[in-house]
Amino acid sequence: MRSFFRSSSPFRLSLFRMLVSYLILGFWAFLILFPLYWLFITAFKLPAAVNNGPFYIPFVDFQPSLHAWEYVLVEIGNDTVRLFTNTVGVSLISASLALVVGSGAAYALTRFQYRPKVGTVLVFLGCVLLAVVFTVLGVPWPLAVAVAIALFILSLFTIARRFKRALSNNDIAFWLISQRILPPVAVVIPIYVVFQQLRLLDTWVALIITYVATNLPIVVWLMRDYFASIPYELEESAQIDGASRFRIFNQIVLPLSLPGLVATFLFVLVFCWNEYLLALFLTNARAQTMPLAVVAQNATRGPQWWYMSVLVLIMIVPVIAMAIALERYIARGLLVGAVKG
Amino acid sequence: MMATITSTVSVPTTRMRISRSEQLAPAAFILPAVLVVLFISIFPLILSLFLSLSRLRFQAGGLELQFVGLDNYRKLLLGNEQKVLFGVLDTPSPIGWVILTLVVVLLVVMIYRALRQRVSVGALVGRLFAAAVLVGLTYLIVATLLAPEGRPGTLVVTLLYVAVGVACQYLIGLGLALLCAQPLPGRRFFRVVFLLPMMITPVGVGYLFRMLADTNKGPLEPLWIALGMQDFAWSNNAWGARIAVMIGDIWQWTPFMFIVLLAAIEAQETEPVEAAIVDGASSFDIFRYITLPAILPVSTTLILIRMIEAFKIIDLPNILTSGGPGTATETLTLYAYRIWRALDIGGSAAIAYILLFLVTFIATLYVRALRSRLGTT
Repeated sequence: MRSFFRSSSPFRLSLFRMLVSYLILGFWAFLILFPLYWLFITAFKLPAAVNNGPFYIPFVDFQPSLHAWEYVLVEIGNDTVRLFTNTVGVSLISASLALVVGSGAAYALTRFQYRPKVGTVLVFLGCVLLAVVFTVLGVPWPLAVAVAIALFILSLFTIARRFKRALSNNDIAFWLISQRILPPVAVVIPIYVVFQQLRLLDTWVALIITYVATNLPIVVWLMRDYFASIPYELEESAQIDGASRFRIFNQIVLPLSLPGLVATFLFVLVFCWNEYLLALFLTNARAQTMPLAVVAQNATRGPQWWYMSVLVLIMIVPVIAMAIALERYIARGLLVGAVKG
Repeated sequence: MMATITSTVSVPTTRMRISRSEQLAPAAFILPAVLVVLFISIFPLILSLFLSLSRLRFQAGGLELQFVGLDNYRKLLLGNEQKVLFGVLDTPSPIGWVILTLVVVLLVVMIYRALRQRVSVGALVGRLFAAAVLVGLTYLIVATLLAPEGRPGTLVVTLLYVAVGVACQYLIGLGLALLCAQPLPGRRFFRVVFLLPMMITPVGVGYLFRMLADTNKGPLEPLWIALGMQDFAWSNNAWGARIAVMIGDIWQWTPFMFIVLLAAIEAQETEPVEAAIVDGASSFDIFRYITLPAILPVSTTLILIRMIEAFKIIDLPNILTSGGPGTATETLTLYAYRIWRALDIGGSAAIAYILLFLVTFIATLYVRALRSRLGTT
């Protein structure tokens, strides 16, 4: 009797349900893999094999050729390697920094209560506005910034105190996410001007700062939910045992939210890896990244599909490798048993 | 951020005093993020506002910015660019009128309920304003999409992409995540495969879909012929082109929903689910009463983030259709980009600001509605 119950345990899936699941999953997998298969074989096609109609199977329909690979990896090989190194370096550093800074802020927004005064915010905005107007009117920007900072500190202790209303954590979070609303087209010129003044154009630093700032809101919002779902009892007991905030964060909260951290890291990495418009403006030679190379293949003779396919393939292979490596961390049940006793 | 910071945590009385680092902890956790975002966002925000109020002029010896007040906005909202932004309006069809009436009735009921609850004057004005904007938007949608002679402008097209795209991505992503969370052999394969579209650079996805959608040389050519549509050029048909853009968008961004929802489902505690299975609950009940509440906070965040991103859609319509035929697939961001390349920097910044107002309005409404519904976030 007992063995009978074990084999048909309620935790097992019925055969029918398994079949349906596989059917749906397989269908969607096909929808995803077929375009990628097309990309893959296009990378091995001669221009004629692309332009004369659809050919599906290598060696049967068309003779594969390595010409596109040769062009990308040998003829312009030096460029490709440089662009690739830039992409890897910039996006790994940006994603890691955004994760560290962002998860700290996300944790803070779920565990502490902030009450920034409306007056402080208004005074700050006024001073920034003043600095910008001065700069536009021809005052050198370091001077304008210095004056604005002085004014800010001065009014902080005078005017700002008169306002009683305060904002809450939700307002801070909303402010953060609202920074992603303006489209890159609108912000790219001002950002360009900032980095031009700082003499950081065409460097990794410019790209990293921009990417960290643009992706921070996403990290904060995604991690906030994960941190909120972690039972607070754990932290309380650690606190009673005398652990500091930083230690609780590092040794209890972060390990418990590993699935969320991994997923978030993966996104931010992918966003930085694939970002096009900001990279187009902030770099011109040394710090260029791969998406620029893909678009550059849309030459005057029309899109060079074969080169483009090779470049896209080169771009996705490392990210896929990383996704496979990190996927197992998004695993079930990390919280199980943590709050017992 | 000179803020009074109080910790929600009641400090255990057994400890004599809080150490200095503990006092600084709240500031130390949040300040780096606030400063970085401030550094990169505040200046662009103000400068593009300034740009949107001026016009770029070519003078002898370089460029000059001329202050023109609200001219750029007037041109867009009332002047000769109005047809591009708002489209061509016409008397709505009967279905259109029904939808419009329903929305108006719904909003009137909500305002009436707010009056009954005696909310403050400020809150009431806010609600009236929101209701007015919503009615306006609904009328715009109805008079362009559900009217015989109407033609949607970039604003309505953008709203359409956002609504259809985000809804489909969420539902497909949720379905796939639920399936992948089951103990199926080989599910790791599916998980990695489902992530792939997100890994491709958006411009690359644009070119990939242009290859696929080619009715002469693309892989779907036999399918087109089988359907007798080899002469049908989707790129010359407004709805054909729009659907192509939406399919590309859904293909590309479903993985985003999928992976976050999967991580959320996997992170939920297994004990309630196991207990429910032992008690004989059906899978639907488990989803409805255990899984759904657990992933609801993540879902609301996810939809908000994806919505904000979706409003900025540019690469797909730009590469796939160049906004065409005419401006049928053009989105607000693409529109801004197009006139920006024509060196109308001021007009471009004005569109960006209109987008900023629109998205801020919708996002605020969304967050407020959730706050009152869920009581949190």
